[in-house]
Amino acid sequence: MSTLTFAATDVEVNDEGFFVHPEAWTEAMVPDLARREGINELTDAHWQVIRFMRSEYLAKGAGPTVRVLGKTSGVSIKDLYQLFPKGPAKIAAKIAGIPKPRGCI
Amino acid sequence: MPAYVQGDVRSPLWIGANAVTDRDLRSYRPPTPAPMLEPMRRNIVILGGGTGGTLTANRLRRAHDAADVAITVIDQDNRHIYQPGLLFVPFGLAGADEIVRGRGAQLHGDIEYVQSAIEHVDIEANEVALVNGGRLRYDVLVVATGAVLLPDETEGLTGPGWMSKVFTFYDLDGAMALADALKWFDGGRIVVNLVDMPIKCPVAPLEFCFLADWYFHERGIRNKVDITYVTPLDGAFTKPVAARQLAGLLDEKGIELVTEFNTGEVDGADGRLVSYDGREVPFDLGVVVPLHGGAPYVGRSPGLGDELNFVPTDEHTLQSKAAPNIFAIGDAASLPNSKAGSVTHFEGEVLVDNIVRFLAGEPLEGSYDGHVNCFIETGFHKALLIDFNYDTEPLPGHFPGRLGMPLLKESRLNHLGKLLFQWFYWHALLPGREIPGVPHNMPTAGKQLTTKPEEN
Repeated sequence: MSTLTFAATDVEVNDEGFFVHPEAWTEAMVPDLARREGINELTDAHWQVIRFMRSEYLAKGAGPTVRVLGKTSGVSIKDLYQLFPKGPAKIAAKIAGIPKPRGCI
Repeated sequence: MPAYVQGDVRSPLWIGANAVTDRDLRSYRPPTPAPMLEPMRRNIVILGGGTGGTLTANRLRRAHDAADVAITVIDQDNRHIYQPGLLFVPFGLAGADEIVRGRGAQLHGDIEYVQSAIEHVDIEANEVALVNGGRLRYDVLVVATGAVLLPDETEGLTGPGWMSKVFTFYDLDGAMALADALKWFDGGRIVVNLVDMPIKCPVAPLEFCFLADWYFHERGIRNKVDITYVTPLDGAFTKPVAARQLAGLLDEKGIELVTEFNTGEVDGADGRLVSYDGREVPFDLGVVVPLHGGAPYVGRSPGLGDELNFVPTDEHTLQSKAAPNIFAIGDAASLPNSKAGSVTHFEGEVLVDNIVRFLAGEPLEGSYDGHVNCFIETGFHKALLIDFNYDTEPLPGHFPGRLGMPLLKESRLNHLGKLLFQWFYWHALLPGREIPGVPHNMPTAGKQLTTKPEEN
């Protein structure tokens, strides 16, 4: 557990970098969060995926896996990897301030 | 009087294609029920005659008198496969005749077995439409149709090389074809890849690696064979303590581990896996566990399933989120735990108790704790045992108590347990009897718990 600062706000994240308190997230933090994951330029497509992750988490209590993201977000898995090369579900979940998608059981 | 009026003991629910025409069905309206002098006979319809469907039917049959409750099990074929046995087929350690039996034969008397594919479930009408044209009305529906393999969802997987250079052991045809390929394999690179979670028995691909190591060792050519395990996870397994233990075993046995590899393409012609982020792993023989989904009819049943055709289900009561009178068990359910026979077994007791409560109009009990129990075959006549639930990851110790089988540790006793289990499967688990000493909730007595002191 450690504390990081995004958009001039202190936020607690776990050892893997996911928000401990997803409710602490605001859209203003997204550019800082994205830069931390090596994404310097946020396109509309990035925002589409990040907002989709966030709304799925709020609706269902868990973020979607890459496979579900490819089926439901309107962005194909191939394109998702273009947007988030280090792993779409994981990175987009970090940027959206939600817990690690639990595809891994 | 039509044969399908509620309460008719002879054929209370089977609206067979021969019994009525489509026109009759369209125009048929249930008669206004006359005042009942005796309790109405109710219909439980169970979709799927595999592990979950069979044990649920047999347990329910004991819980309810046949005069009060009719039980019908539907499946599209009559081949009940002991799925843990599929792991042994590629290595010549089990044959089809040893692991396949009839589905109907596993059901007790007074359970009707209907062989047909399912078209869809009509949640509003409380009816199941069958591909053979029949419709069945239900008071309680149990979805137990498991998971299906979706090899076509991965680019190239069923293209050139499929079933000649690229195989899966997750179905009987694939396991048998792989047995033949392994017999003739005399050196080169074997890659074992799980495309993505969820899959049935998440430890099986690891077990395949361990058994392959042993198999080629026995054949005296282990030094000519490279074995690589390629997984989308960030470790050998999903839970940290077990993942470290299993990664150690892979290392000891000289099996290479490639993590965070999301397979985008399987190129059977050139022999390579290609990840979405452009990495490649070459192979001479590919063993791939394809993507899994729920049964296709779930997708044709509005409101029943999720994006992958699994049925969203309360993780403690096993009541579906689709409707109060629909329950789900085993691989068909979308629950945050492993898809495994032991899970289905432990769920069975809770599920049946809750169906009995539901029919009696009583509140359900949320007592399923996510208990999973798996033997992990490690070759050389040894196996590990892991035991965990929603809240407690697999930990070292002994199962089910301090003097039991060693947990997270290779032993011959565990290997014998794994072999003996097939007998228990057909003779205790499917008939719905208790297996002595194996409780449906996770025992903590013999475990080295990190969060609280050991009990007893």
